[in-house]
Amino acid sequence: MTRHHVARGFLLAFFLVLLVAPLILKRLPAGHTPGKEAGSVASLTRYGFRLEEVAKTAGIDFTHQAPTLDPQLNHIMPLVASMGAAVSIVDFDRDGWPDLHVTNSAEGSYNRLYRNQRDGTFKDVATEMGVGDVNRPGTGVSMGAVWGDYDNDGYEDLFLYKWGRPELFRNDGGRGFTRVTEKAGLPRWLNANTAIWLDYDRDGRLDLFIGGYYPETVNLWQLATTRIMPESFEYAQNGGRKYLFRNRGDGSFEDVTAEVGINSRRWALAAAAADLRGTGYPDLFIANDYGVSELFFNDRGRRFREVGKPTGVGFAPKSGMNAAFGDISNHGRLAIYVTNISQEGVLIQGNNLWVPKEGTSGDALQYQNLAGAMGVELGGWSFGAQFGDLNNDGNLDLYLTNGYVSADKSTSYWYDFAKVATGNSTIISDAKHWPPIGRRSLSGYEQKRVWLNDGAGRFIEVAQVVGVTDTHDGRSVAFADLWNRGVLDVVVANQKGPLLLYRNTVSPENNWIAFELDGTRSNQSAIGAQVTLFWNGRQQLQEVSGGSGFCAQNQRRLHFGLGKHREVEKVTIRWPSGQVQTIAAPEIGRVHKVKEPT
Amino acid sequence: MTPDLSASAPSPPAVATPEAAGPRWFRVDDRFLAPILITCILLAGQLSFGLLESGAKTALAIFAAVLTELVLARIFAGKWPHLASSYISGISVGILIRSPAIWPYVLCSMLSITSKHVLRVKGRHLWNPSNFGICAMLFLAYNTVASLSIQWGNNLWPMLIIWPLGSAIIWRLRRLHISLAYVVSFILFAFLRSALTGHAWQAEVAPLTGPMYQLYVFFMITDPKTTVRPRWGQYLVAFTVALAETILRLSEIVNAPFYALFLVGPTANLIEIWWASRPSTHAKQAAT
Repeated sequence: MTRHHVARGFLLAFFLVLLVAPLILKRLPAGHTPGKEAGSVASLTRYGFRLEEVAKTAGIDFTHQAPTLDPQLNHIMPLVASMGAAVSIVDFDRDGWPDLHVTNSAEGSYNRLYRNQRDGTFKDVATEMGVGDVNRPGTGVSMGAVWGDYDNDGYEDLFLYKWGRPELFRNDGGRGFTRVTEKAGLPRWLNANTAIWLDYDRDGRLDLFIGGYYPETVNLWQLATTRIMPESFEYAQNGGRKYLFRNRGDGSFEDVTAEVGINSRRWALAAAAADLRGTGYPDLFIANDYGVSELFFNDRGRRFREVGKPTGVGFAPKSGMNAAFGDISNHGRLAIYVTNISQEGVLIQGNNLWVPKEGTSGDALQYQNLAGAMGVELGGWSFGAQFGDLNNDGNLDLYLTNGYVSADKSTSYWYDFAKVATGNSTIISDAKHWPPIGRRSLSGYEQKRVWLNDGAGRFIEVAQVVGVTDTHDGRSVAFADLWNRGVLDVVVANQKGPLLLYRNTVSPENNWIAFELDGTRSNQSAIGAQVTLFWNGRQQLQEVSGGSGFCAQNQRRLHFGLGKHREVEKVTIRWPSGQVQTIAAPEIGRVHKVKEPT
Repeated sequence: MTPDLSASAPSPPAVATPEAAGPRWFRVDDRFLAPILITCILLAGQLSFGLLESGAKTALAIFAAVLTELVLARIFAGKWPHLASSYISGISVGILIRSPAIWPYVLCSMLSITSKHVLRVKGRHLWNPSNFGICAMLFLAYNTVASLSIQWGNNLWPMLIIWPLGSAIIWRLRRLHISLAYVVSFILFAFLRSALTGHAWQAEVAPLTGPMYQLYVFFMITDPKTTVRPRWGQYLVAFTVALAETILRLSEIVNAPFYALFLVGPTANLIEIWWASRPSTHAKQAAT
């Protein structure tokens, strides 16, 4: 054997090693992989919690219905009429028990307001309360709802955003609702998929942000043109306009969008607001479909500055569908979770976990995407996600739902989707150019993700083990302690699917504490209040939110897990008014109702 | 997508006369034209649209390709290689594959370059290196890797710059006829697919308007080392690639263009090698 042959042999061996390397790497576990001992006892013992779907036994039998839009969209109807299932949590009657609001999206269908019966069941009272019949033909259909006490009377009011006429309902002392849309001065028509309450100018009154998806000039039931689709799969700026409505305090709102510098026509699917820089003013994050995310820094309630690129969150265009904040490392700083699309072999966008970079703060704040490093990157066609401590161990976990169109399991629309998404604007933006989907699926029947935060920089995927086994086309996720047991239960709204209630059972060794805030100088809902809990040398920051995730709103109550520790050193509350309140050694295992000192 | 231009492009004269070659600072070795073009495309795409998810990943892909080429050529060919080809391989990998992980970029570049040294018949490598690497990753690491299929702004103006610029450079390298043959074939087959599927012809033509095809048309199918030598044969190969792609597309295979070239390119090469090795061919060559 010559030296040449030996060298060729080595070269061939090297080549073969390279070829098999992907197969070896694929078999390596990405961090910790859950064991196969699925079951309630195993999940409780190993992970400290388990989830059980109990909607039916809780008296909820709701299946979302999708709209039927203009016949010119018939060939791609499942793609276009693919949103509208939404859930938000509210205690609308202030009885101390969380209620559920659920949207429906077929023309003539009814939304639901499930009152908590305090016995483990819920009862739909939407019609008797006056908020059920809101999808009448000609008025559009519901996409989602957010609750906020805009008139500071102590009761949460309802803003319903639609593809169609948005609606504002004033809560009349928990006994019913009055439609006040015209008086409020809201737009007559828009195609919105996100809205949040926030007090952007800190005047003690809740303002309203609405993010348009399709342009507001489009009536999806009476199309003047089929050129309604995004002009690009990743650089589209022909979507709906954004609205920031300033609360005048007399029941009406003033459109200040242009005045404060928000001028975007990206296709917004999720917005969330939080004070990211410690200025006291809420900054605004928007996750956009077909493009980059946008982050607006709030300059003292006078202007919003778009800082997506300088902060790092607005460079790589993806298909943003979720925005949720969480102090995932217990450092007192909020990370942002944005969901996107990942489909094996076709499109691997990966979700984004934007974590503040060490050493950056204030106007120089920068984020880095640690989704891959922390194990929360691949979630299929991801939609809604929320942070919350599911096992009360003191670390925020992450629940994600997903799945786009589940139809025929044996055929996929991905080829045609990829084909047309490649085209330039004249092709992609016209619905008539899109191939018919028929009965094909598009990222359907996907497994959900429940990522458990190990507190050491990794998330462990445990969905199947802890009992989350559904494969519906998930859209909206919300957390609440539905039965006042000191745990976070999970509610999931599915497109053309059932509303799911995952009842949480948590290991009793782990402790908890919760806070319900009432603003006085601040807005009564205390939206924007930041609560920092100090215990066992750790601290965790949470902020009262006026809407987060995808078309969702968690309970107003802030829930903290403590692990096995039985003492809390202190809690500080920074109210939206700027007032800082400290409570020393609050008792654990109970909900603290805190009123803002006057 | 790795033309080994060192073999086909004319080398600069050993002693250039200023009259013939123009000002010295203005002369460009043809072997650098393709790297310059692809670098321009990369920079234009990145600066205008943020084409790359990660500049670091692309840089790593380039580095891995160049380093692999240096090491393998030095060890197994006993010479320092011209790096234009490996640079294009690396940059192609950096643009054309998408993965949230870092390792696929390194591995794909290494596979691409190594395939060039391993998969050879009678001194010729059979596959376009980055085409091989990308297909291998799409087959073997499908859960982590996807191909570029959508980026570039989907506007016309980048195409209005890149198509003429690319055409001019490829024309100078005497490969434009291959690109044109493929593009014309693709468009004809797009209408055929439209007729067969009932889908709008615009949807069938749509991929050609995306950035991936610009890279594919200018850099991958024109690779001198991975197509046949007669001009008529090059037309035929380009047509056959488009035909194979159409068959794959009718089977709804997302990465059809990569797989089409993967199948047709080596087949054409093997046929040409076999043809050239026949005794009668040798006799004719000896006679002439």
